[in-house]
Amino acid sequence: MESLQNVAAGFAVVLEPTNLLYCLVGVVIGMLIGVLPGLGPAATIAILLPLTYGVEPVTAIIMLAGIFYGAQYGGTITSVLLRLPGEASSVVTVLDGHALARQGRAGTALGVAAVGSFVGGTVAIIGLTFLAPLVAGFALDFGPPEYAALALLGILLVSTIASGAKVKALIAAAIGLLLATVGRDAFTGAERFTFDSLSLADGIDFVPVAMGLFGLGEILYNLEDRHRAVQAPGKVANVWPSRKDLRESSGAVTRGSVLGFFLGILPGGGATIASMAAYAAEKKRAKDPSRFGKGAIEGVAGPETANNAAATSSFIPLLTLGIPANATMALMFGALLIQGITPGPQLVTEHPELFWGVVNSMYIGNVLLLIMSIPLVGVFVRILRVRSAILAPVTALITMIGAYTINSSVFDVLLVVVFGAIGYLMKKFGFEPGPLVLAFVLGSLLESSLRRSLLMFDGSAVGFFTRPISATLLVVFVVVAVLPLLRAPVKNREEESV
Amino acid sequence: METTAAGPVEAWADDTAPPAGPVANLAACLVTAAVGVAGAVGAMALGLGTLTRPGAGLWPLAISVAVVVLSLAQVLIGRRGGDGEKFSRYSLLSLAGLVTLLGLVALLPVIGFEIPALLLSLVWMKFLGGESWRSAAGYSVLVVGVLYGVFVGALGTNVPHLF
Repeated sequence: MESLQNVAAGFAVVLEPTNLLYCLVGVVIGMLIGVLPGLGPAATIAILLPLTYGVEPVTAIIMLAGIFYGAQYGGTITSVLLRLPGEASSVVTVLDGHALARQGRAGTALGVAAVGSFVGGTVAIIGLTFLAPLVAGFALDFGPPEYAALALLGILLVSTIASGAKVKALIAAAIGLLLATVGRDAFTGAERFTFDSLSLADGIDFVPVAMGLFGLGEILYNLEDRHRAVQAPGKVANVWPSRKDLRESSGAVTRGSVLGFFLGILPGGGATIASMAAYAAEKKRAKDPSRFGKGAIEGVAGPETANNAAATSSFIPLLTLGIPANATMALMFGALLIQGITPGPQLVTEHPELFWGVVNSMYIGNVLLLIMSIPLVGVFVRILRVRSAILAPVTALITMIGAYTINSSVFDVLLVVVFGAIGYLMKKFGFEPGPLVLAFVLGSLLESSLRRSLLMFDGSAVGFFTRPISATLLVVFVVVAVLPLLRAPVKNREEESV
Repeated sequence: METTAAGPVEAWADDTAPPAGPVANLAACLVTAAVGVAGAVGAMALGLGTLTRPGAGLWPLAISVAVVVLSLAQVLIGRRGGDGEKFSRYSLLSLAGLVTLLGLVALLPVIGFEIPALLLSLVWMKFLGGESWRSAAGYSVLVVGVLYGVFVGALGTNVPHLF
């Protein structure tokens, strides 16, 4: 009964005019950046973090969440029309979506994707509504050993499951943890790696790191990438999916919703992996798999449903355990910290208006996206014609001025530029910035939990294995950590012998 | 609509830049290993304490060692390259962009944001983006005007401004 009241109170929060407006702003920005190749949702959220300082926490997170799931809708449009995924989670949509477009059925692909996205998102919100309070309730008994093990496992999974070189992702994560140690040690008061700089005494702020690595790093990278000409598409006709299209894709939408929901919850999972897994599942169960890649509607419906379901369900670990499941959730974690709220199991009970307000805003956001996405496809196609030469300095200047406004500090702006350069170099050398930011965010939680645990266990690491949850998590950690390291040299040898 | 004889994914893959190569892998790993070594040295200077009473340096030392070990492992794993992207002449565009950003940081506290932002926008649009002078100048003035309106006028932030 109490939880029903909380859900109702959450709707009251989201239906406040300010929150509705920010929800609309969030999903529109999300769709726009999803459409525009280049900046992803993580970069956009990082750039817009300073704008959230002046608003209520629930309003800020409603907007940022809208950007995230809105981008999943928008990313489809460029995948289908231009063979150019606006988002990593729409990469796989290129295969059949663009093939459909070449057959003159772009509208069908976009329409089915929008309907699938809506269904997937809504199913995941319902799952989130019921599952999140249960997980949070279970996690209330967690102590420092469980949190240490959970944070370690979360960082490891995000690093090893993410795309790209696994060991490089682990190096990035370790450097993120090292950066998190800069500043005054909470236990001894000693200053670590501050080089006697007052600006570093309180540690490195999360916002300049995120704005630099995700925002400016992406902008600098795109400057170089811009020579790859993008051909703007013509008009898109026949946007509404037919009854036959919907019937053919209904199975894929159902499977995509379930698969996406569960893959989104897993640390290191999320929209990209969910879309790929859904595509593979659809191809595997198809009577004629050779249709895939040539315009199979299930090849669009499955991944597009799954990526939205996963984007939504990836909020569960963040809002219930305080552990971000992916890089974008790490930014949400940072945004909540900025607002003075530490995500974790207590969030549901201590800030129910925030928890339920954000969850319920997703229902509204998904309806808004469905209403906007199909009729406005033509508008988004026209937006694609805006030249990146004009957009790039706009985003760079918003980032720089935004960074200054946080603490009125030129040092912060310099930090953004430094981390922007590092972010650019990381991309060039094949290091994902996501694990670094995630580890940086979780660094202080991990260190304090580890040190408290060592105090609890009188310095003995064996103590972690005397508690069932921390023991299980650490065993999983060891398996996940050791396997890729053992397999990589073997794989190299096999490739060399071929 | 663009069409290709090859399948969409094959053609799309052709657009990607060539991998950075083994030398880049080695250089990157040596840099990260150096960060780890520097971290370890700094951590030891902070004092390690014991496992029952960990000092300020114990945790940073553990991470620094992990950075060094992983970097050395990556030297071996990535010795044939395959990750990352090769630098090209277009990388100079990113370098030029970085220099203009540093210029903005230097000038911001001295003369406010308007003139540095106008110059940055002009350089990015004209020289890095290939816009015409007319378009670059027009859009740059518009961009700075809108930013002034938003950050100074509407939001009332304390960003240094000349006017």
